[in-house]
Amino acid sequence: MATLETRSPSIDAGARIGLREAIARQGTAFWIVAALLLVMPLIATPFWLVQIIAYAIILGMIALSLMFLAGYGGIVSLVQMTVAAFAGYLVAILGDSAITQISLKWPWWATVPVAVVLASLFGVLSGALSVRTEGIYTIMITLAIASAFYYLSLQNYTIFNGFSGFNGILPPVFLGVDWGGDVAFYYLTLGSAALAYAAVIYVSRAPFGLALQGTRDNPRRMAALGFNVTAHRIAAYGFAAVIAAFAGVLLVWYQRQISPGTAGVGPVVDILIIAVVGGLSRPIGPFIGALVYVLLRTFSLDLLELVGLDGKRFQLLIGLGFLVIVLVSPDGLIGIAERVKGRYRRGREARTAEMGGPGGQP
Amino acid sequence: MSRGARPASAGSANALELRGVSRLFGALAALSDITLSVQPGERRAVLGSNGAGKTTLFNCITGDFAPSSGIIRFFGEDVTAFPPYERIRRGLRRTYQISSLFAGLPVLDNVYLACRGVSRNRYSLLRPRRDDALVHAAEGLIDAVHLTAVKDQLVGELAYGQQRQLEIALALSGAPRFILFDEPAAGLSPTERRDLVHILTGLPAHIGYIIIEHDMDVALRVVESVTMMHNGRIFKEGRPDEIEADPEVQDLYLGGGHG
Ligand SMILES: Nc1ncnc2c1ncn2[C@@H]1O[C@H](COP(=O)(O)OP(=O)(O)OP(=O)(O)O)[C@@H](O)[C@H]1O
Ligand SMILES: [Mg+2]
Repeated sequence: MATLETRSPSIDAGARIGLREAIARQGTAFWIVAALLLVMPLIATPFWLVQIIAYAIILGMIALSLMFLAGYGGIVSLVQMTVAAFAGYLVAILGDSAITQISLKWPWWATVPVAVVLASLFGVLSGALSVRTEGIYTIMITLAIASAFYYLSLQNYTIFNGFSGFNGILPPVFLGVDWGGDVAFYYLTLGSAALAYAAVIYVSRAPFGLALQGTRDNPRRMAALGFNVTAHRIAAYGFAAVIAAFAGVLLVWYQRQISPGTAGVGPVVDILIIAVVGGLSRPIGPFIGALVYVLLRTFSLDLLELVGLDGKRFQLLIGLGFLVIVLVSPDGLIGIAERVKGRYRRGREARTAEMGGPGGQP
Repeated sequence: MSRGARPASAGSANALELRGVSRLFGALAALSDITLSVQPGERRAVLGSNGAGKTTLFNCITGDFAPSSGIIRFFGEDVTAFPPYERIRRGLRRTYQISSLFAGLPVLDNVYLACRGVSRNRYSLLRPRRDDALVHAAEGLIDAVHLTAVKDQLVGELAYGQQRQLEIALALSGAPRFILFDEPAAGLSPTERRDLVHILTGLPAHIGYIIIEHDMDVALRVVESVTMMHNGRIFKEGRPDEIEADPEVQDLYLGGGHG
């Protein structure tokens, strides 16, 4: 994981900047994207708003939980999609769905917290099982847990309703708003993702996140400084699971149904692909990866047919794209963007230096 | 583990007590049957040629490696089966012969982590406030090792000597009761060596330490007792002047022209 060094400003800088300064420090790109996202309902069709952007944001949140573990902790967990799906299942089981013989019809304000807490506990438990392993073994154990959950949900009919799962799950109505409406649902996901994003950035510079980066870079020294590395990693699984669980609630409201396929091996691996393609070094990476993934999934069919190929091959296109990006840049699209920016800046500096103009100083 | 449960004899117990500690690496006995006691506040040098087992001794005391046999007590408490972090939380500290730092983090964060590790709230999700006591403590330690000018620099970008100084700062965090210094002077400039001697002699009297050091000028100036090691065994203990005068020691070590 040495190449994935995730840097944060020092704890001191973190302490000294208030919210206002943190906002003031964002670059223009941040403000353009933020403004664009806020006015999106005015410019985008409902299809784009929900099927593309809201969906990408939800997947991005799940991938963000993986980015937190992998980028800051060096832990590659394949269980994040399963945590999300478990939360989604709990929303269906505890709340309301078309499967009336199973669903308990709790109100949303009881369903959601219980779903998030239980799914997070599941995440912590998965962490406890896999945390003593490293690298490929962590991947294998978390994949085994994910598969076990998949087969459990497929074969259990009393709780998970087996193959068909649950349908007819609707987002709640509260504060006089139907959160299933296109615009309301879009803002709900956007708000949740913004919170999760800010939380990850904040925690990365808090003692917990800083120590997590310490366990990634030098676990032996962390133990010699008084840290229980194993416990710290399990706690990181817990933090990541909370984000994944909230995303799972949004996911089931988005899909309005949930079935074993939601957390099959395909989607489980897709989250890894999204996070890696986007870039694991910064929390924005997973969202970029998710947007690219959703766009490819949605439009590669048309694109392939346009050039006379079988539209069913979109997985091939995604796979190829994944391969190219990982080959070109170990840090995904973020890494590519950063290199382009660096080259542009150097080029401009070189030009100003040549012209001997002002601002040519290093 | 309640702190009150510590043996009542803690005040009179040895800071460090090893009984029959051995450590094997395959067939190689890096340590064999080491029995050693160090009193609270005592300062001792461990000397010996390359491969004598000095670093392995430290690794067994801190728990980085478990000893193959033997018992280790820290202020009267049997810590043989404790993981390293439990020993550190009880006041043991160490530096590494080969700097073991967080290269991707700034100097301040390195020291801050060391201060956090021996405090409560290791899992705090809240960023430190402007007046955070641990940030101040970290800044104080950085000042003590003369790194204030580079406190915001990434550790990977520091000069070698500065990294060695930082190693020492990490070992001074919190409320140490006993510190293990593994060749702290190696690679330091004469000025930095003088600073090091200054730091060591300036430590509060209740803090004892063991220092592994090849440079006799440093080692014998900052300790009151010396343990000589050879091939994983202790073969002589005494005051610095006794050790210096000992013909056997001179043969084996001082005059031996070791690397
Ligand atoms: N992790 C290890 N695995 C195998 N052998 C080891 C290990 N650590 C140390 N040894 C061996 O144990 C012996 C003692 O090593 P140790 O590092 O304790 O010596 P030292 O006295 O610190 O030497 P130096 O002055 O070179 O630092 C050496 O022969 C070394 O090769
Ligand atoms: Mg050594």
